[in-house]
Amino acid sequence: MYGKGLRPLSLITAASVALTLVAALYWAPNDAYLGFLQKIFYVHVPLAILTLCGFVAAGLMAIMHLRTRDSRWDMRSYVAIHISLIFGVTVLITGSIWARGAWGHWWVWQDPTLVSFLLVMLLYATYQPLRFAIEDPELQARYASVFAVTAGAFVPICFIVVRLAPGYVHPRTLSNINGNLPGRMQVVFYLAMISMTLLWVTLWRFEMTAKHVAAQIRRLRGLLGEEDDAQPVRRSAAPSLTHAGSPS
Amino acid sequence: MSRPRSATVVVALLRAQLRLELRTFESLPAMCLFAVTTFVLFHFGLNVFQMSSDLASGVLWVTLLLAALLGINRIYVADAEQGGFDGFLLSPAERSTMLVAKILVLLVYMAIVELVAVPAFAILLLEPSLWNAFPGLLGVLALGNLGIAVIGALVGALAVRTQARDLIGPLMSLPLLVPVLICVAGWTAPLFRYPEAVGVAVRWPLVLALYDAIFGLIAFALFDFLLED
Amino acid sequence: MAPLPLHTAGPYVAGAYIAFFLIVLIYVAIMASKLTRSERTLTELTERVEQRQRGEEDDG
Repeated sequence: MYGKGLRPLSLITAASVALTLVAALYWAPNDAYLGFLQKIFYVHVPLAILTLCGFVAAGLMAIMHLRTRDSRWDMRSYVAIHISLIFGVTVLITGSIWARGAWGHWWVWQDPTLVSFLLVMLLYATYQPLRFAIEDPELQARYASVFAVTAGAFVPICFIVVRLAPGYVHPRTLSNINGNLPGRMQVVFYLAMISMTLLWVTLWRFEMTAKHVAAQIRRLRGLLGEEDDAQPVRRSAAPSLTHAGSPS
Repeated sequence: MSRPRSATVVVALLRAQLRLELRTFESLPAMCLFAVTTFVLFHFGLNVFQMSSDLASGVLWVTLLLAALLGINRIYVADAEQGGFDGFLLSPAERSTMLVAKILVLLVYMAIVELVAVPAFAILLLEPSLWNAFPGLLGVLALGNLGIAVIGALVGALAVRTQARDLIGPLMSLPLLVPVLICVAGWTAPLFRYPEAVGVAVRWPLVLALYDAIFGLIAFALFDFLLED
Repeated sequence: MAPLPLHTAGPYVAGAYIAFFLIVLIYVAIMASKLTRSERTLTELTERVEQRQRGEEDDG
């Protein structure tokens, strides 16, 4: 199940991330144009790419849920959005720190990528409230999937349209180093991409495992015939894997 | 019973909603009033007496967007509360006809609001003559309304079944409407240039039309899933 | 814009990296504690279910 192989995966991920940070700080050369501040790039950009890919992946999982009505897909989609939201917050924070260092302000509208990011995060911030506001689990899952598909389609379109907006004719982007990165920087960047991908997948599997264990506990409690008296049945924004169509 | 033609169903739904609105005047007067009041707010908030170019374009479109939110919240409420969905679901009509009908309803609403709001804006705040902006202004209003209508019809359906529909609807609509805003603002700003309107970059109508089309398709594909059960 | 010298840029880079670490660490900590607690409950419940099933076999 999901718990299998989680420990070796976590260790590999931790090692990879540590290696990346060391390499970024000590091995990669200082950027001639941007100086030491550019090092943020190795953390900020991979996280950003992964966040966006995660949102799009969640949209694809939601499509699978709508097609198969298998609640596992809904769970995967939910967790994917959750992890991507956490990564996204990190992107905004690191991006803000970068902006402060590079341009003296904690936020700049001149970076179209950062602005698009804010927009996407504002949209996905409504995901949890949407789920929480629908009580019936099947309805909740279905509506959440419709939202995830719409929002997943919105992500790439948003980036394109924001870039076209007036005022971004000469964008001052975070990754001013467009295209060709010199040798060492490229290596570290790819290393960073691999590490962050591992991190995303590990966290995703972590949370999937937690949700599965919770579902099994509920099932066993059901078998034992005991209700959870300590906690009255609460509304939940999380998918539950207990409604029709899910494997037991 | 034979399946009714989709166009007939759409027209029937549209007429029903418009008739309801004419009887109750729930949404339209409020939307129009809201728009005019918001212009006054902008005057006091920005401390600007006359606007042109970017500022005028922005103030007009943000106001129209916010007024649209009021409408988006309302168009499904009658259906949900009076069990309208059940009746519709039991009929042999295609589900997507309701989406098309709601889009048309929003188009009509926005057109009516703009008939009030745009002249009001011209009188209250706009520096150059409104006629300078024609006919381009008609184009941007049409495509902008379409974007608002498509997003609004989709998000409205999502929000109406929730328990916080007045909040979820606007919160979800606004990020999705930002690209529309970017395009319409970029398109309108040169039209409101003082003293003469200048040419509009072709990218704005193009991108806006594409955006409307893409989300129209997405809404069409997803709408059935919202109306089940 | 001229690159920031190391002593000014340093804190920013450190801040960014630390922010990243902290967020991930906090999340992992929350998840790990939830998971260990759940797994303990799970083993306990599984035992009880097996006990009950063994009990039913003996009776039936």
